[in-house]
Amino acid sequence: MTTTTPILLASTTLLLLTLGIGLARAMIGPSLQDRMLSVQLMGTGGVALLLLLSPLLAMPALIDVALVLALLASVAAAALTRREIDDD
Amino acid sequence: MTEFLGTVFILIGLAFFAAGSIGLLRLPDLHSRLHALTKADNLGLGLICAGLALIDGGALNAVKLFLVWVLVLAASAASAHLIAQQALRQGGK
Amino acid sequence: MMAMQLWQLLDLLLAGLTLGLGWAAVSSPDLRRSVVFFIAFGLLLAVVWARLKAPDLALAEAAIGAGLSGALLLSALRDEPDTAMVGDVRVGPIAALISLASLALAAGFAWVTVHTLGSADPVRLADEITAQLPNSGVSNPVTAVLLNFRAYDTLLELAVLLAAVLGILALGPARRPYRAAGPLLDGLLRWLVPLLIVTAGYLLWAGAHAPGGAFQAGAMLAAAAVMLRLGGHTSAGLPRAPIQRILLTAGIAAFVLVGVTTTGLGLGFLQYPEGWSGALILLIEAAATLAIATTLALAYIGGRPTTWGPEKPANTAGEPAERD
Repeated sequence: MTTTTPILLASTTLLLLTLGIGLARAMIGPSLQDRMLSVQLMGTGGVALLLLLSPLLAMPALIDVALVLALLASVAAAALTRREIDDD
Repeated sequence: MTEFLGTVFILIGLAFFAAGSIGLLRLPDLHSRLHALTKADNLGLGLICAGLALIDGGALNAVKLFLVWVLVLAASAASAHLIAQQALRQGGK
Repeated sequence: MMAMQLWQLLDLLLAGLTLGLGWAAVSSPDLRRSVVFFIAFGLLLAVVWARLKAPDLALAEAAIGAGLSGALLLSALRDEPDTAMVGDVRVGPIAALISLASLALAAGFAWVTVHTLGSADPVRLADEITAQLPNSGVSNPVTAVLLNFRAYDTLLELAVLLAAVLGILALGPARRPYRAAGPLLDGLLRWLVPLLIVTAGYLLWAGAHAPGGAFQAGAMLAAAAVMLRLGGHTSAGLPRAPIQRILLTAGIAAFVLVGVTTTGLGLGFLQYPEGWSGALILLIEAAATLAIATTLALAYIGGRPTTWGPEKPANTAGEPAERD
């Protein structure tokens, strides 16, 4: 475990950097759907970050947090796209 | 040995995440960005899960990680479909 | 050591990204952009709590920030006319002055905190809690504090939640129901909602010995209700109106009932009797879970508790269900 720790740590940092770069789409993206893609990225990336942090911090509970995040990943997309009854 | 393999998986998974982010920024259209996002990122997540399962051995852990990956897969597939549907609806107007 | 520097790099990146997202959410003139940044901010905050070794907080942030806040904000966004989306974010002199004063205050507070943390003999509550933990009936220190040592505060927090939802319900009519879901969303809901319910039950049970608890479980149930509502089930899985009213007050009722009983037994308000702590905590948490779930679900739906119309909403004449 100690040999892999620096690599895990570096991977976590790089992943966070990747997510940060992906957030640029939320800044630019012309439509609301494009911005929503950044939120989806944060959701999937957040799950990955939590799973990586779990062995790094020796906290198995973080896998439960990742599970919760995975289950709720579709709520925002549904709230964005579903139409109410009288909508055209 | 398994630790080394696990680390390799995680690094490849990271590369897929990077590819997904770059695709998100560089691709021209919402629909193509959806492809990059859901396919590349979920594959990256799967590889990271596989790598972590190898590193941090234990069957229960591996099953939990696999479950998380499958849930993300299903949820993001549904989300991508919903977003694409709405884009088609609004684009056709 | 190299690992130390890597941790510092990660922490620096996390802090920078958090601040950047927060600033972007607040300062953006486009309302859509602000909402999206705020949701992303909530998701990042869950990771930050995890990094700070606070899994209970990470769970709560994930359950609320990913599920309910996102749905609430996006639904509210839909109500805004397009002209209101873009606002004016010029900073006037008074706003600048207030910002500077807040910054100075925050800096002063940070300085005081760092100063007192390093002082000779700080009083650490954590040690006290760890010492008393075996007497509390649970082995998760967060649950012990919330449901045993500071149970009175939790009772008041539930009362605050109730007051909030009463305010929301009094404000106006419920949101319009959603169209019936097509096969895709229907299929998603078929496995997602049961999984959310099971996970909520797991979090409630695990709260005694692992991160979890009533609030996180309640938030998961509420997310299930929101998903049902978004999928066209107008009642969002909630029971009839009279039962909703009972559920809304269930948490407070359980607390008060236990408190009055312990007072009647001569122990004092909410002083659990010897050996009963664990069971009583679970009982109160179960009631609180239902109360919180109903509260959050009704807060999303709005309007008064009522028994809604037919299960599948009637679409405009002759139109088939949305093909999703």
